[in-house]
Amino acid sequence: MKRFELTGLPLVKPLLKNRWPQLLLLAGMLAGFLFAILAGLIGTPVGSHNFGIVFTWITWWAILILVAVPFFGRGWCAVCPIPLPGEWLQRGAVLGPIDKKPRWPNLRWPNKLRNIWLQNAAFTLVALFSSVILTSPAVTSIVLAGMLFLAIGLSMVFERRTFCRYLCPVGGFIGLYAQAAPMELRVKDRRVCAACVGKPCYRGSQEGYGCPWDVFPGGLSKNTACGLCLECLRTCPSDNIAINTRPFAADLQTPLARPDEAFKAFIMLGAAMLYSAVLLGPWGALKDAAYRVGSPEWFGYAAVFLAVIFGVLPGLFRLAAGRHFTAFATALIPLGMLFWAAFSLSFVLTNASYIASTLSDPFGWGWNLFGAAGLAWQPLLSGLVAPLQTLALVGGLLWAARTAQRVGVQRGVSSAPVILFCLATTLAMLGLLL
Amino acid sequence: MTDRRPEFFARLLVVGLCLGVVLVPLAFRPGSDVATLHARLAEDGGWSPQALQAEVGMPFKLRLTSDDVQHGFAVGQMDMQPVDVEPGRVSELMLLFKQPGTYTFYCTRWCGLNHWRMRGTIEVRGADGSLGPAGGTAEQPLYVRLGLDIDTPHPAAFTPAAPASARNGITLAERFPELFARFSSTDTYRSHSPAELFAALGEADPALGASQRWDLVAAAWAANTTPAGLANGRIIYSQNCAACHGENGGGDGVFADQLAAAGAASMQAMSGEMSIQRPANFSDPARLLGASPALLQGKILRGGMGSGMPIWGNIFSEPQIWDVIAYLYSFQFKENP
Repeated sequence: MKRFELTGLPLVKPLLKNRWPQLLLLAGMLAGFLFAILAGLIGTPVGSHNFGIVFTWITWWAILILVAVPFFGRGWCAVCPIPLPGEWLQRGAVLGPIDKKPRWPNLRWPNKLRNIWLQNAAFTLVALFSSVILTSPAVTSIVLAGMLFLAIGLSMVFERRTFCRYLCPVGGFIGLYAQAAPMELRVKDRRVCAACVGKPCYRGSQEGYGCPWDVFPGGLSKNTACGLCLECLRTCPSDNIAINTRPFAADLQTPLARPDEAFKAFIMLGAAMLYSAVLLGPWGALKDAAYRVGSPEWFGYAAVFLAVIFGVLPGLFRLAAGRHFTAFATALIPLGMLFWAAFSLSFVLTNASYIASTLSDPFGWGWNLFGAAGLAWQPLLSGLVAPLQTLALVGGLLWAARTAQRVGVQRGVSSAPVILFCLATTLAMLGLLL
Repeated sequence: MTDRRPEFFARLLVVGLCLGVVLVPLAFRPGSDVATLHARLAEDGGWSPQALQAEVGMPFKLRLTSDDVQHGFAVGQMDMQPVDVEPGRVSELMLLFKQPGTYTFYCTRWCGLNHWRMRGTIEVRGADGSLGPAGGTAEQPLYVRLGLDIDTPHPAAFTPAAPASARNGITLAERFPELFARFSSTDTYRSHSPAELFAALGEADPALGASQRWDLVAAAWAANTTPAGLANGRIIYSQNCAACHGENGGGDGVFADQLAAAGAASMQAMSGEMSIQRPANFSDPARLLGASPALLQGKILRGGMGSGMPIWGNIFSEPQIWDVIAYLYSFQFKENP
């Protein structure tokens, strides 16, 4: 499959360059985001009937993990509302650039923190409390509001989208898995960028802002850090930016080289397995331990969680991959992404019927806006869940094996131990889900 | 000069949408004119609010919702069907109080170990603002009038070798109409335990065999209840008593073990202030046949005073309590009428 330039289609580029369509989407998303926070704070504490829980952890999560990330990479980041209020303050404008001096320090993010370790830590922190976050509307609201205020606060101190790039717990794994997506933003001709004076795509111009993600598009070779905000499409004076479709996993041709990204792969892989055990498994004591935050049982659960993610899985993988640990971790990208798809399928399809009733009564106050408030809970496509999960897991294993094999060839070593590791984790996941 | 209008409209759009999604729900939030009753497990606070106010003769609209698991709602001493209180959903209910007084509302679903603690009150005032007694009778209950000490163990001195037959007893009673009429009168039946009636029958006619006397006792029980009363007692027992005492009265309801464990671990139990027991076993003849209906009435009305048995006097009406008591004896007497 060759690359195909979507921005070459009629109307696509004007539509993307125009700020209004994106702003309309962002404003709508921000309104929905605030509505979810409000619902969590003043609506029913019953998660299955609260818009905050149902639309964050069922609707949004399903769209994100089953559609947006696998097919559009960082497509979600293009419409994520979290940076909007902070950028408004930072830029002094909601729409286009205005001739105004920034009122904020606009500091550079420290060099030592220019990696995704903080995102790894943020995701792990959320994951440790996930049993409570996923079920308590108030806690979900606090987490969402915390992300919003942190993004605003950082925008007032640091330049660009510091929160998105270095702290967002979601952005970290979206960036990792976006490498497998069949869509990319790239320059058409690197020589044009090299010759470009002023680099407006990075520094900004009257046409648009400098890359909010602190990326120079001319040097883009992976989807990891490009948030698809489309600013470079607007600022490039040479019309040298393109959005392309491409084969799946195009970025995985180049193995991972950074340990922070390699560990992100382990965190995601381990979290998918542990979530499956805790949230879907039959072990009541484990579930209780995960829910009783602060209790001795929870500390035990947290210790096991951290040990699996940062000790057991990387340790076993180290035995399998040897000194090519980081490069072979590339294979865990498709494997982990499909672990998450398989895990999500069960609870998303099981709980999807809550979406209609929650839309009709988002706060659990007895409203019936669309006549669906009284709809009884009904699992959807329950007969298809197990086959789809199996398909996802087996597909993930094959994809991971192919990726590992390619890395092995590039490095001149056998990929068999890594494939064996992938097989073992897949079997474990199959056992947990089926 | 730069056209500022697009930026203005963009800001208006963002601010308008954000304020809209916050202010519109707040504006349409359920009003304070309708009381909303939230149900939570007793461990998490039970009903909220726990006290409501209403007026006699005025429709009292109530919105019910559960903040955790499924609960049920009913008002004691009112003729009403329990209403399910579902998590995250709102049920609306209209109540009409005919008499002033303090009514008790309670959970009708076995929601958790402390389900029976889920109670609250509705103060219903008359047109003059007075708060009279809620339903019931002003007369003292029978167990008080009899001066029974309902906390003293009351084991039966005699128990039947096999469950007594009400049907056999009724046939036998035809041979001793005067004797049976005396022993089966409501006053005698309610104020004596079956074991006491058994003993008294033996004194009145020493020729009667033990099984005949027990059958006559069972017939006295049958004469003091009706199929409808037994059916009603069974429903009330199943909804309110079986969680602890068990569907078959064996003291082995779903909460029995947990109650015993929780009671044993309580501070009061450890300091000797109270002794939580296992729920009474009505399938034990020595236990049930030693208790008169009046004594059981006292237990139900007043509760177990620290034993874990809740107070039902503010929930069940007197006829309901007699129906439950009649049903309890069905655990010992076979061939019910």
